Amino acid sequence: MGSALVSDRVYVADTVTTAVKILIVGHFAVGKTTFVGTLSEIRPLRTEEVMTQAGELIDDLAGVPDKTTTTVAMDFGRLTLSDSLVLYLFGAPGQKRFMRLWKDMMQGALGALVLADTRRLDQSFDIMSVLEEHGMPYAVAVNQFDDAPVFPEAEIREALDLLPETPLVICDAREAESSSKALISLVEYLRTLTSQEQR
Amino acid sequence: MTPPRPRRDRGLVRPYVVTDGRAHPTRNTLDLVTLVTAVSGRSLSGLSPEKRRVMELCRGGALSVVEVSGHLGLATSVTKVLLSDLVDSGHISIRPPIPKAQLPDAQLLQEVLDGLRSRF
Repeated sequence: MGSALVSDRVYVADTVTTAVKILIVGHFAVGKTTFVGTLSEIRPLRTEEVMTQAGELIDDLAGVPDKTTTTVAMDFGRLTLSDSLVLYLFGAPGQKRFMRLWKDMMQGALGALVLADTRRLDQSFDIMSVLEEHGMPYAVAVNQFDDAPVFPEAEIREALDLLPETPLVICDAREAESSSKALISLVEYLRTLTSQEQR
Repeated sequence: MTPPRPRRDRGLVRPYVVTDGRAHPTRNTLDLVTLVTAVSGRSLSGLSPEKRRVMELCRGGALSVVEVSGHLGLATSVTKVLLSDLVDSGHISIRPPIPKAQLPDAQLLQEVLDGLRSRF
């Protein structure tokens, strides 16, 4: 088992001293797994966390009265950015009811990229409000599906009620370059926030 | 959407058995991206089967807590309990993510940016 993992570049290089993380969040089927998989240098991994109670008032459990737990999958991938630095991408559902999983992921995260689908923009509100409540800076990337309508950026901004400074990019989660650019615009934004704080 | 991956065989052992009934790790210093490695030359005798699996995986090099969790098919909460025990017993050493206050954020973000840009 060990040798197969090594040849697969599974392990983090010995020179790495810093690991940082960025969250990739969005509603169901928005392309989070695809996005993480496109950029990851390792085969993306998944953990399944069992949630209890928190969702009971929200999830419609009619007809399944015995269901008190729900399983949430979290996908993650890794990018080595330099000899000393690795970046982990965490893709997870952003709904409020998965708060416990959220808190663990948000701890120490640099920021979040909210993936959105123009056909279901309203489903991104809940996610953006959780991020705002926790002071987690974010950028929005519209994952442009082939069969989804294309809207001018200004209309998407208005529909999502974005602040003027919140970056909005259009990306294709299947393409590495396009997905990288979305991450880059998030990190550029994060850097402007820190330089504003230092002033 | 991505087709679902084949589900892992969950096995018969419940998570609380793996952790001796504990829901919380002995230390709260483990983040999802804390890097861990096996300390070489430690005897595995007396370790539970799950802890042996952790040790076998971590012998190959450094991995984050969440990667250990993903490779072994264990929930992150369970993995943290196991890793904390192994740190306590001297089997696993940790390389924590650099706390935010120790490194200027702007510098760290610049490194992240440079790394991302250099990929294309």
